[in-house]
Amino acid sequence: MTDFPWLIVMIALPLVGGAVVAALPAGRDPLARGLTLGVSLAVLVLAAGATIAFDTGGDRFQLTTSTPWIESFGVDFALGVDGIALVMLLLIGVLVPVVVVASWDDTSAGRRSMRGYFAWLLVLEAMMVGVFAATDVFLFYVFFEAMLVPMYFIIGSFGGPRRQYAAVKFFLYSLLGGLVMLASVIGLYVVSNSQLGEGTFAFDALRQLEIDTDVQKLLFLGFFLAFAIKAPLFPFHTWLPDSGAEAPIGGGVLLVGVLDKVGTFGFLRYCLPLFPDAARDFAPWILTLAVIGIIYAALLAMGQSDLKRLVTYTSIAHFGFIALGIFAFSTEGGTGAVLYMVNHGISTGLLFLAIGMLIARGGTREISAYGGVAKRAPVLAGVLLIAGLSSLALPGTNSFVSEFLVLIGSFPTRPAFTVVATVGIVLAALYVLLLVQRTMHGPERGLVAEEPGRFHDLDRRELVVAAPLIALVIGLGVYPQPLLDLIDPAVSATMSDIGSDPAGTTPAITEAGAGD
Amino acid sequence: MPETLPATGLLSASWLLIALPLLGAAVLLLGGRRTDRWGHLLATGLVAASFVLGVLSVVQLAGLAEESVTVDLFTFIDSGSLDVRAGLLVDPLSAVFLLLITGVGTLIHVYSIGYMAHDPGRRRFFAYLNLFVAAMLVLVLGNSYVALYVGWEGVGLASYLLIAFWYTRPSAATAAKKAFIMNRVGDVGLAIAIFVMFAQLGTTSYEDVFGSVGLLAGGTVTAIGLLLLLGACGKSGQFPLQAWLPDAMEGPTPVSALIHAATMVTAGVYLIARSAPVYDATETARTVVLVIGAVTILIGAVIGCAHDDIKKVLAYSTVSQIGYMFLAVGLGPVGYAAGIAHLVTHGFFKAGLFLGAGSVMHGMGDQVDMRRFGGLATKMKTTFVTFGLGYLALIGFPFLSGYWTKDAIIEAAFDKGGTSGWLLGGVAVLGAGLTAFYMTRLMFMTFFGTPRWEDGVHPHESPPVMTVPMIVLAVGSVAGGFLLTQTFPLVEWLEPVFGPEAEREHVIAPLLVSVLVTAVVAVGVIAAWLLVGRREVPVTAPARVSPVVTAARRNLYADALNESVFMRPGMWLTRALVWVDNRGVDGAVNGLAAGLGGSSSRLGRAQTGFVRSYALGMLGGAVIVTAALLAVAS
Repeated sequence: MTDFPWLIVMIALPLVGGAVVAALPAGRDPLARGLTLGVSLAVLVLAAGATIAFDTGGDRFQLTTSTPWIESFGVDFALGVDGIALVMLLLIGVLVPVVVVASWDDTSAGRRSMRGYFAWLLVLEAMMVGVFAATDVFLFYVFFEAMLVPMYFIIGSFGGPRRQYAAVKFFLYSLLGGLVMLASVIGLYVVSNSQLGEGTFAFDALRQLEIDTDVQKLLFLGFFLAFAIKAPLFPFHTWLPDSGAEAPIGGGVLLVGVLDKVGTFGFLRYCLPLFPDAARDFAPWILTLAVIGIIYAALLAMGQSDLKRLVTYTSIAHFGFIALGIFAFSTEGGTGAVLYMVNHGISTGLLFLAIGMLIARGGTREISAYGGVAKRAPVLAGVLLIAGLSSLALPGTNSFVSEFLVLIGSFPTRPAFTVVATVGIVLAALYVLLLVQRTMHGPERGLVAEEPGRFHDLDRRELVVAAPLIALVIGLGVYPQPLLDLIDPAVSATMSDIGSDPAGTTPAITEAGAGD
Repeated sequence: MPETLPATGLLSASWLLIALPLLGAAVLLLGGRRTDRWGHLLATGLVAASFVLGVLSVVQLAGLAEESVTVDLFTFIDSGSLDVRAGLLVDPLSAVFLLLITGVGTLIHVYSIGYMAHDPGRRRFFAYLNLFVAAMLVLVLGNSYVALYVGWEGVGLASYLLIAFWYTRPSAATAAKKAFIMNRVGDVGLAIAIFVMFAQLGTTSYEDVFGSVGLLAGGTVTAIGLLLLLGACGKSGQFPLQAWLPDAMEGPTPVSALIHAATMVTAGVYLIARSAPVYDATETARTVVLVIGAVTILIGAVIGCAHDDIKKVLAYSTVSQIGYMFLAVGLGPVGYAAGIAHLVTHGFFKAGLFLGAGSVMHGMGDQVDMRRFGGLATKMKTTFVTFGLGYLALIGFPFLSGYWTKDAIIEAAFDKGGTSGWLLGGVAVLGAGLTAFYMTRLMFMTFFGTPRWEDGVHPHESPPVMTVPMIVLAVGSVAGGFLLTQTFPLVEWLEPVFGPEAEREHVIAPLLVSVLVTAVVAVGVIAAWLLVGRREVPVTAPARVSPVVTAARRNLYADALNESVFMRPGMWLTRALVWVDNRGVDGAVNGLAAGLGGSSSRLGRAQTGFVRSYALGMLGGAVIVTAALLAVAS
């Protein structure tokens, strides 16, 4: 089984699927969405298969393949996954079919054809798999940039009223980050050329370089800026509320749920191991931004009048937690951060979808247009509440485990930052419960009072969309260990790259705690 | 801490205690309307089963040489050096809570069958009640602080759902949110306490933490103690986080009885008692617990005197009585068991009082204003008698429950000695007098005097499904104190947890304390008769009252303070930030966006523009970095 080219197939299948869907004649929309669902489910099966083939006790990178690509520059088409990348592939595998079903009837509003939308979704899936699976830095860069194209069209062609503005903004921000990163990628090549005699982009070779601290800092900043915009970290976040709000619901789920994680993934995969000295030097600054983001974005989420913008701001707050876990340099914090990436994709995905179901009924994103929906649509209210509870990291939901790990893992190395971040859990409760109260509780108001007939409860398709995510919210909340077993070794390896104790945080009093 | 052994026999199935009510919640919530007809019976049956299993487990536990067993379940979170196992600890302390929660819980489930009979949301109500019982059992049975935290926030969720049960009322929705948020403020403290334990000791399990408390620096122990206390104050409605509890009365009355009187709000007391090894090592944190307990006794009692809403009076009474429990556990080893004993008897009589209040409301068309009651003693005899017994138990009428358990706390407070002992004892005695006053006032306004009912109200006694649980709790209110202090002393039962009862010098002879307290209680009762009982109660509250009464009616300005210090500035800040984020942070980059792409209205043109600038940028970036590298390298 390990010889099966899991990763190549996971990229090629949706790419080919996307081309086929795009080539379908007009009027074959039902076939297009059926095909898209089939392909995305096949990718989910492949992701599951790859997970089974992956040996948690084995090498760091597994399921590897490598073919020379641009030989004159030493670029390889090299793929492989560690536990961190693998759980992201699982997340992609789960979210894309859910998004496809959620977008099943989104043909309205006389926009471009569904075929186009679904084709772009599949292309996006291929690019997302590629960006997490690349083990060649240049190849990573190519996927990183190529990923922009399908998302650009998803927002710009299928989004809300201000979609063009949002798409342009998304593209510009990402482009800016990408360009600076490209400079750093080339810089890495130059360094490898001078140290190894021949230039390379292979991650494992680059990891062995001894780079001068000043050079490290320059190169680090190139990668960091790209990832900080992508993540996004305060103050590079302002593109996300526009993009998230204007993107169609399905695109928004993948944008916030997966695409943004490339930023935090990049911190962990590239910034830390390749530039350990620079990472240590810059850590206090980055942690400051992370913690400001947690508080700042939570306050902003409370102040939003637009449902989708609200969700994007909650995400920016969550990305602050992820960055805290990564730059606290502890195995527990890093593991928590990676689990956070997965859980955030699930819970914010669910939140986005629930909001989308509400908007599908009311036709507006204005919070003030709703009120007292719970009476009309109790199941929808329940789904929104569960998504919200996961977002505020209630124990028993998936997000508790990751947020708790991030905080408890960051506290021993960075107590002050962690304490401020912990205050964020009060703000998270506020923005979630305010949202629930404004839209779901109270007497029927606004549109709900005017046109109650539109606020019917969830139909069968919508239940199919919500059910798997709810099952994951609770399942991973009670028994997260299988994912932790995948993530932990890869994070340990990263921490040893950067010179932190890979075994985990050593308690201040070592002779204690010898309970067994 | 005594040696804990793996559980055997029935005890090894202790997870069923939690699983049964959890199953009920799942079936009712997922089953939907199909379960409408029998869902409430299933929920009640499962909690009752949990109670029976609990009794059998405790019997087995009592027969063991080491009265403390653990049940290891599964790995919850294992990463780096953090290893949190999901596991249960059944020891004398958790056993007391186990019986209280499932016992009172079963009674209140039964009562709710009647109380919620005509509510369209009955199934949802019982689902949430079951969820609450499950979460509360996780809280008290968990064997680590992480497990406690899981249950801790779990009961917070159940409380939120039940306060907001009638969510179409804006007041209920707001009260639920307020409860959750104020609890979360406390939870921050609890969470950071857990972080400190992990950072210092590398563990979060009770056994390992308590085993190595001695190795910690004094300041660290104090910090842990104070942080845990913050959590306890949030959950237990203690100063300065008390303001949510009275608002929580927006929930259906059985909820007030079970969650906001008998069980959940006493979780703070459990937390402190469970953390006895921590508090034993920090005098400072214990002193703060004492001060908070004493202050809260008075705050609750004073406000309780001024309210006309029967549930609000009982709620502030709960705040005040939990103040007594905090005072007790703040006294350290001499007080832990006394605090737990009062917690148990309070669980009986306060649950009984709330169920009685619910019965009154049931008969009075959901009226809660006592100015609209009066003369109900003859109309609702069972309610009157059971409520009356609960009342006597609460004010400490000789030989009823409160007399035994509250007096024990007051005695222990005096025995602390010195100025602080006199001060604490004095506050506790004063609180007893105020309690007698506000409860007697409540009795007079509700059951005696002339009827002041609104038109069309025909008070009637509640059905047996409601009165039987009230009778059972009334029996507990009468006999519980005697049984738990004289016949089967809780102090001895809890010895394996808190250690043998400390010998102590009595500052005042116990008998004298009893006489003193009883005399002060009598003064409170007489004062209530003079001020309320013998007069006609106006149906509207008098407007011209002393500043003290005004302050008490406004909950001693706690809400006004919260609003002006946190809520309003928070709102301004939020608004200001939204403005800044849209104009300032975004504006800077927006200018760039507008310059590059915003002017072109068609996407196609914009795209070609990008490709060109993309290529240019690529080149430019590469040149800059290469130049920089060359500069650095040379």
